[in-house]
Amino acid sequence: MVVAAFADFMQQVVSGLASGGVYALLALALVIIHRSTGVINFAQGEMATLSTYVAWALITHHGWRYWPAFVATIAISFLGGVATHRAVIRPVERGSVLRIVIVTIGLLIAINGFVVWEWGGEPQALRSPFGTDTYDIGGVIVSAHDIGTIAVALGIVLILWALFQFTKVGLAIRAAAVNPEEARLVGVRVTWMLALGWGLAATLGAVAGMMTAPTVGLDPQMMQAVLIYAFAAAVLGGIDSPAGAVVGGLLLGVLLNMLSYLTQYRLFDWFSEELRLPMALLVILVVLLVKPSGLFGRPEVKRV
Amino acid sequence: MTPRQTRVIGFVAFAAFVAFVAVLPSFISDFKAQQYAYVGIYLIALLGLNILTGYTGQISLGHGAFMAIGGYTSAILMAGNEQFGGSVGGGLQDVWTIPFAGLVAGLVGLAFGLPALRLSGLYLALATFAIAVALPSTVKRFDEFTGGGSGINLFGIDELTGSLSGEVDILGRTLTYNDWLYYLSWSIALVAFAGAWLILRGRTGRAFRAVRDSETAALSSGVSLARYKTLAFGISAAYAGVAGGLYAIANTFVNPDTFPVALSIFLLIGIVVGGLGGLSGLVFGAIFVYFLPLWAQGQDLGSVLPDRIIEETQRPGGPAIVYGVVLILLMFLIPNGVGGIFRRVGQLIARRRYSRTE
Repeated sequence: MVVAAFADFMQQVVSGLASGGVYALLALALVIIHRSTGVINFAQGEMATLSTYVAWALITHHGWRYWPAFVATIAISFLGGVATHRAVIRPVERGSVLRIVIVTIGLLIAINGFVVWEWGGEPQALRSPFGTDTYDIGGVIVSAHDIGTIAVALGIVLILWALFQFTKVGLAIRAAAVNPEEARLVGVRVTWMLALGWGLAATLGAVAGMMTAPTVGLDPQMMQAVLIYAFAAAVLGGIDSPAGAVVGGLLLGVLLNMLSYLTQYRLFDWFSEELRLPMALLVILVVLLVKPSGLFGRPEVKRV
Repeated sequence: MTPRQTRVIGFVAFAAFVAFVAVLPSFISDFKAQQYAYVGIYLIALLGLNILTGYTGQISLGHGAFMAIGGYTSAILMAGNEQFGGSVGGGLQDVWTIPFAGLVAGLVGLAFGLPALRLSGLYLALATFAIAVALPSTVKRFDEFTGGGSGINLFGIDELTGSLSGEVDILGRTLTYNDWLYYLSWSIALVAFAGAWLILRGRTGRAFRAVRDSETAALSSGVSLARYKTLAFGISAAYAGVAGGLYAIANTFVNPDTFPVALSIFLLIGIVVGGLGGLSGLVFGAIFVYFLPLWAQGQDLGSVLPDRIIEETQRPGGPAIVYGVVLILLMFLIPNGVGGIFRRVGQLIARRRYSRTE
């Protein structure tokens, strides 16, 4: 009995890690943009949805195979992210933060409208590249899609980490984000580096979207809840900490799955799917009240 | 211009605006009067949000939730909740529920302001957003108090003035129901406007602005952050509560979808379009928040735009594209909102006067 309960438990952990991986990717996108532009990009979820629709259209309407479509979508999303920064974010960069926030909300509404306008509001099916197999590992039943999602998420995070840590471009992006004036003085083309950041964020979103669609179905509202979870994950980890975003996303995914799992016990039977989102936010509020700059964030030091 | 002259001009402009508001219903249709009643309600909420966000620098993404608290307070005091198994008898006339709506929301705002002291910037935005997101399911959960998912109906009950007869007798005149709603919401909105001006012009307003511009500097000049941040939250939430109570009355029912998450975001859009840290521009912010979604659907614009464009935007998704693009363009064109334009014009006039007397 104990073994069976443990297997049950592990199963919840694995599927929690899969949804958490998606939260982590989108949270990472939010963190990258927050570090460079200083705002939360409210359009991040819709940008991801748009990318996923592009992948779906390539596969269904143009007869592409999955992986070529995956790569093409990533490239298109990257260029789209760069273009978004150049076209709509750069003109308002010098104003108040709220102005940029409103521009991203405008983007959210417009992109969502465009998706409905172009492809309609009905849900579509995007198949998983990993198939629908399930594996039994010591009593723990996991789906190929979950394993694939975790692997892709980890892979992307590693690639990104290597990019930021070991390449000149990565160093330049970090420099532009941390101290734009001095970066400019040593010859970093700051606005282009910020645009690259937007491109990378859009790419992360695209991957998150393509990993989400097979499980929840592709529709124009697909990423809206995911964005809130990602926002929560990013804040949980500390909004300026990439590592925090990843850990926060995984933690949140596992935690929420645990709560759904525990409803079978009397102590937790008040919990319902409806309360999933409020619960996530409540947990984070509590964390924030104890540690206002997130788990991995550094407290801000202000100079007057 | 000397400060005195500015103040005189301000008074004259306000008086002219009051007169304009008073005569407007004679020139517009009954239906439009109802729409402008909602504009007045939004104005109240925007005034409150601007006190918190524009003047004190605390971003709230959850003001729709405070409106909801006000709306439910009004609705429960009018209709009671005994029919769902609650214990409030109701029976209070609609107008008298509005102060309670403001009071209850204000107290909740004060209570929320205390934990919010530890948070700032984005973290506060998330915390307030959490309230807005959590509210609908919380309302459904406590269904014996709130009527759950189907909400509370107010239409046709005695406590809702004029909802059955369609006419309201007041001060020896007979108003249509929509004109009554218009005058009710705008008289409260104008009082709220004057109230906000009084709060912000004195010591309290100065303290708010000091907190916004630099918390550290404010603290070292003896401004208590705790006191003024919670105060700003309380006042702001009370405004939202009053707006919510009026909204419930004008809407004739409340349910969890009456105050969606999007409402909180629209309110934030309203103060940025109206101009952060200014009051008069908010009238345009309120007009924008109420009418832009309708205009984006092509309403009222049939005579202005060619049919082909109207047809294109009628397709599903079209209005949203228009709305989003207009919003982005506005942020490009008027960086400081409509209030920013007002200030600019004022400065230009002042400069001309100054150079003439030289």
